[in-house]
Amino acid sequence: MIHGIGIVFLITSAITVAGALAAALLKNLIHCVLCLSITLAGLALLYLQLDAQFAGFAQILVYIGAVAILVVFAILLTRGAGIPEYRNVSSSWLVSLVIAAAIFALLTWAVIRSFPATAAGAAPGATVQSIGSALMSTYVLPLEIVAVLLTVALIGAVIVAMPESGAAGKSIEKGGAQ
Amino acid sequence: MMPAPASLLTDNTASWIVRNLWLIPAVPMIAAGLIALLRQPRRKTAATLAIGGLGFSLVLAISAFAHVLGAWHAGAETRETISFNWLDLGATHLQLGWLLDPLAAVMLVMVTFVGLLIFIYSTGYMEHDENFTRFFCFLSLFAGGMLGVIIANSLLLLFMCWEIVGLTSYLLIGFWYHKPSAASAAKKAFLTTRVGDIFFLLGIVWLFAQTGTTLFYNNGAGAIEPAALTALLGQPAAWGLTAAGAIGLLIFAGAAGKSGQIPLHVWLPDAMEGPTPVSALIHAATMVAAGVYLVARVYPLMAAGAGPGSTTISLTVVAWVGALTALFGALVAVAQNDIKRILAYSTVSQLGYMMVGLATGGVAIGMFHLITHAFFKALLFLGAGSVIHGNHDEQDIRHMGHLRTDMPLTFVTYSVGMLALSGFPIFFSGFWSKDAIIGAAHSWPVSKGPFILLIAGALLTAFYMMRQVSYVFLGHWRGKGHAHESPMVMTLPLSLLAIFAIGLGVLGTPVWPWFTSFIESMPIAAESEPGMIALMVTSSLLVFLGLGLGWWLYARKPIRRPALAPEHRHTSEHGDEESQAPGEIVDVLESASPVIWTVLANRFYFDELYELTVLRLYAALAWFSDWLDRRVWGGIVSAVTSAFKALGWTNKSLDSQWIDGAFDKGCEELVNSGGVLAWLQAARAPGYLRMLAIAVLALAAMALVIASATGQVRL
Amino acid sequence: MTPLAGFLIVAALVFAIGLAIALTRRNAILVLVGIELMLNAANLNLIAFWRFSPHAANSLTGMMFAIFSIAVAAAEAAVGLGLVIAYHRHTKTTDLDAMTRMRG
Repeated sequence: MIHGIGIVFLITSAITVAGALAAALLKNLIHCVLCLSITLAGLALLYLQLDAQFAGFAQILVYIGAVAILVVFAILLTRGAGIPEYRNVSSSWLVSLVIAAAIFALLTWAVIRSFPATAAGAAPGATVQSIGSALMSTYVLPLEIVAVLLTVALIGAVIVAMPESGAAGKSIEKGGAQ
Repeated sequence: MMPAPASLLTDNTASWIVRNLWLIPAVPMIAAGLIALLRQPRRKTAATLAIGGLGFSLVLAISAFAHVLGAWHAGAETRETISFNWLDLGATHLQLGWLLDPLAAVMLVMVTFVGLLIFIYSTGYMEHDENFTRFFCFLSLFAGGMLGVIIANSLLLLFMCWEIVGLTSYLLIGFWYHKPSAASAAKKAFLTTRVGDIFFLLGIVWLFAQTGTTLFYNNGAGAIEPAALTALLGQPAAWGLTAAGAIGLLIFAGAAGKSGQIPLHVWLPDAMEGPTPVSALIHAATMVAAGVYLVARVYPLMAAGAGPGSTTISLTVVAWVGALTALFGALVAVAQNDIKRILAYSTVSQLGYMMVGLATGGVAIGMFHLITHAFFKALLFLGAGSVIHGNHDEQDIRHMGHLRTDMPLTFVTYSVGMLALSGFPIFFSGFWSKDAIIGAAHSWPVSKGPFILLIAGALLTAFYMMRQVSYVFLGHWRGKGHAHESPMVMTLPLSLLAIFAIGLGVLGTPVWPWFTSFIESMPIAAESEPGMIALMVTSSLLVFLGLGLGWWLYARKPIRRPALAPEHRHTSEHGDEESQAPGEIVDVLESASPVIWTVLANRFYFDELYELTVLRLYAALAWFSDWLDRRVWGGIVSAVTSAFKALGWTNKSLDSQWIDGAFDKGCEELVNSGGVLAWLQAARAPGYLRMLAIAVLALAAMALVIASATGQVRL
Repeated sequence: MTPLAGFLIVAALVFAIGLAIALTRRNAILVLVGIELMLNAANLNLIAFWRFSPHAANSLTGMMFAIFSIAVAAAEAAVGLGLVIAYHRHTKTTDLDAMTRMRG
């Protein structure tokens, strides 16, 4: 791939940041989520530029294909479609903005002012096969743990979000439509 | 306790009869046990077991007697013992054992024979009683115990059987226990003999402590054999006595209790509450004789240290107590109106005679009177039982009379007994035995006092017996209804005993003193002392005088029923009764000197004296003990309880209020502080996030500063 | 500016925007969106460093880290959204400013 600050990089990062900003500013929640998807896609592109193909496609599959959809479902289930009746931002938005800006400033300054790194070497070979074999050998424990974690989390999420039996369940079904 | 396998016996060379001598007491005891186990009252079985057991013992006793007789004739050693270790106490042993010598042999035959006759008699007498089997169980147990006392070679074994005998006496006196008088009489008997037994036990323990053995004879090492006696004589005790004298006195105290000597005689007359066979067996022939037998058994101890012309303290005391008892019993018997009470006091008196005989004349003289007395006193008691049975349980002699014709066999046998007891010369055994005692008392070097007392007693004995016979058998019938003769099962033993009452005298005549020689294991030699004939004549005269006085006062004019109507008044003549309010006859002597009569009739107020002193003291002691127990010990226990309760309460309050309270307070404070802290929460997620962000910022800044300090970042 | 610096700055920017979203927006779900954005920015950091680090060839540490991070983030998003849905069922709102039931 193209190394260095190339035009592709700039365009992809512009898309990413724009999407993020839009997600921050839009009022309609669905629009926010869709913009989030754009951001995620931009990030995937960035991964691809970094020769992390597997990570990029995993990003698309998992984040855009699952998490974003999940957020959409959540929004729909909580009657968030459309403009919500309350104000967009909380009352102390300025402070938060200042804090975020401060963090950005700090991070950027740290990056700029650190010593220049050496020139990038060749791209590391991250084939699927090598990733697979690494998963099964070096990273088998994290793999298993993540598997358990996913199982537990999803079961837990289902249970937490499950409608209670009886009148409460019925009222939810009645009022859940958009 | 009794049976011992042959391997335990220390003397395996003893003859067959001696080795199996323990069967003599054991078989009646086993019979008693079997009778006790009988599920339902089975009269025939019980009677058969008891009579069979004692019969077996009689056979063995006779063979033992024959064995000793043979040994005596052959001039061999007549005493054989068998001992065994019963209890090991470290280095010493408590030994039990039995022995067979002439004294024991004679007593064995007497006890089993008289006992057997009385057992047979009881089957008739207790026929109508519903507790027939219990009676025979106790009787059999008593027989076993008594026989154990006789053959015991060990003081310990003797004491054990002594106690068994005491127990059965209690059980049999109180046989009709629902009668309160019987129950209290049994208690009185037990307690009074207990007083004696305490001293007896002290004596036993002292003797064991001094000599180290409980055996009487043990091939020279026994407690009353010469070696031990010399040791005892050398040991001084209190009040100028030697150990031998003191122990002898203590043992005599036990014998005095059992044999009804003054002052422990008070139980014997009350013991007449028991059935008549019991009175005959226990309180005439055997148990009361156990005391005399005990003194005879330990005679070497009591006579230790006596020279030819002197005597020991123990024997002196025995002689005086016996003499006083003899006279006392005879005096009181004169004024009694219960047929059995007269005989009871007569027994007390005769036991006194026996004691005097032992003390002044030696074992043989005392024992001879014991043997003859057993037979004729048993005869008298059984005859009295026959009279009572025939008079439908009437016991007051003032309500009897003229039974001579209604109960002829009883009358004849009773008269034989009466004459034997009185000491009618030549033909009756009582004469020879009593005469031997009087002779010994006469020649007693210490004092003539007992002799005089005994003479007076002999006179009174003849007198009161004549009085009794006149009241009961002569005169007019004063009872209710009709009297009838007793069945043969009762009269046959009477006849047998009568024969012996006559015949036994032969054994003790001075011409042929078989008994004395046998007991002392010496060859027979005719005795003759100066003044012996004179003494015999004197005593015969006294007997005649007594009988004559009795006849004069009571039989000359037949005693008739008192007149019913008050207006039938006769002037009182000498020998005639005075009529009074319908009811009782007034005795001749009572009318003559009412004060003396009352004193005698009230038994010299011994019981009242005890009531006032000993029993009062005892009641006070009991009250004090109760007070002590309830107030003092109970108070202490309550105090301890209260202390513990207080401790527990303190503990609890400490625990619940302080410890728990402290803990609860701590928890409360925690909750409160939690509340205070929770108040600080705003519960707003954005706020938390903001905090997090600021923290991140701060951390990042810090990391940056540190990194720049270490040279990784060029700031 | 090296390419690494470029990627890092982009990541920092996305991170800051995500933080801003998380801190300012009132809807609970959007807060979760912001958190996802922050996680993604961190992933980008990881991948960038992995790509440009002078490591031995065939070392997959950075990328594995990022992949696992993606997995965990997915799980966390599911649970978080489930919670929001549950809360919404009870109180019919997703306004973060109104979620003050745990006020002390």
